[in-house]
Amino acid sequence: MFSLQGITNGIQSFLHSRFSATGVLIIESLIVILLATTLFALLGLVLVWMERKVAAQMQIRLGPNRVGPMGIFQTSADTLKLILKEGLTPDGADKFLFNLAPFVVMIVAMLLLAPIAFAKGFQVWDINIGVLYVTAVSSLSVIGILMAGWASNNKYSLLGAMRSGAQIVSYELSAGLSILTIVVLTGSLQLGDIIEAQKNGWWLFKGHIPVIIAFVIFIIAATAETNRAPFDMAEAESELTAGFHTEYSGMKFALFFLAEYINIFIVCAIGATLFLGGWMPLHIGNWQGFNHLMDYIPSSIWFFAKTFALIFLIMWFRWTFPRLRIDQLLNLEWKYLLPISLFNLLFVTVIAILGWHF
Amino acid sequence: MFLKDYISDIYHATKSLLTGMKRTGYYFVHPKEIITEQYPDNRETLKMADRFRGEVIMPHDANNEHACTGCTACELACPNATIKIITKFDVTPEGKKKKALDTFVYHLELCTMCNLCVEACPTDAIKMGQNFEHSVYDRSMLLKKLNKPGSKIREGVE
Repeated sequence: MFSLQGITNGIQSFLHSRFSATGVLIIESLIVILLATTLFALLGLVLVWMERKVAAQMQIRLGPNRVGPMGIFQTSADTLKLILKEGLTPDGADKFLFNLAPFVVMIVAMLLLAPIAFAKGFQVWDINIGVLYVTAVSSLSVIGILMAGWASNNKYSLLGAMRSGAQIVSYELSAGLSILTIVVLTGSLQLGDIIEAQKNGWWLFKGHIPVIIAFVIFIIAATAETNRAPFDMAEAESELTAGFHTEYSGMKFALFFLAEYINIFIVCAIGATLFLGGWMPLHIGNWQGFNHLMDYIPSSIWFFAKTFALIFLIMWFRWTFPRLRIDQLLNLEWKYLLPISLFNLLFVTVIAILGWHF
Repeated sequence: MFLKDYISDIYHATKSLLTGMKRTGYYFVHPKEIITEQYPDNRETLKMADRFRGEVIMPHDANNEHACTGCTACELACPNATIKIITKFDVTPEGKKKKALDTFVYHLELCTMCNLCVEACPTDAIKMGQNFEHSVYDRSMLLKKLNKPGSKIREGVE
């Protein structure tokens, strides 16, 4: 049966037979870097195409359909165009910070890739504080956005960046609290343990009401944290031209654009890991026959199917809901999501202590 | 009661958002609803909407007859002088002089397709056509004579 774990173990033993321990580490790091970069490039192309297709279908349009079958090469052509364009730096901008900002945003997205388990035994770094690491690092991306907005020397950019700061700081709270419900139920911060705990059913089903509430809050907060419509206050096309990346062009703009989609993938991957069992196939309690049947589908396919289902959900939000104003956005977080998730955390703690989950 | 309002707020917000998602979700799984026309490809089968206004035309029947009496109501109705009616005097069999249309001059380059001339026409001699491919290399080619050469007014139209 196809398994990524077998491939990685094969490479590991092959390298160990040829090189010293240090050499193996260096080569493996290089392989990981190569894989991460390839994944980013592929995700950028696929997700942008998917977004445009989904948007078109929901608005009764066709979407890209000229470049290749179903327009699948449209995004490659767009990327080529962006590479060829001039990366302009405005005269009044802080040159160093201006050029650094897109890379900061990208590197934060790359760092978040580390604890995600893409398949059974296919994980860069299974640290014992995986969930804490994810919540901590994901809040760093706001630094890149603030840097871009400040260094652009443009009022639109600055306003967009400040809004983005307010938004991410607020929504981090409810995202963190909804993640905590799973930590309470599992009793571990390690993503590997969390996936292992969902062997007899995903938390979304095992944890019933409180976990479903937490899942809804997490999805809302994830949409807000990735600065996507209906929470796109940082970009706000209709008010701030393009918000924090107004002054960016060419490949530097493309990096911001790519980082947006990578961040969507990562938050959806984390959502899938915590609530939908990551690579764990759909298992129902003690139905041995059913569970065995589900095990025949490779774990990598389970992971990507769940992640893309969540990505589709977030795209569905974007093309359905009206945009919020900045005050409505903060009202939603501080008056609704935060109190609800605090009560929900209390509720889930009671349930975990009394063992009222499955 | 504060708490009751709070909960009903959440309930109504969720309900209205789900209604919206139901609509877009319906469109997503029903590709037949797509209204995009792939224009240059489907040029042969392109079907314009009935009320589409592409240009002013004057329909002629099989005997090369039109319904224009040359009353200049359209010329007066036109807000930007797109239409110029040149009239002549026909001699009826009874030997009486009668005003008739000589040339219907139509400046397509000035026309905004406002439909006021069609509404003003008492005999329904002109209407809006469906053709929209008006590109030409010289502006003077947009000046059109709507009545065909040798055409005359249909019997019985006053």
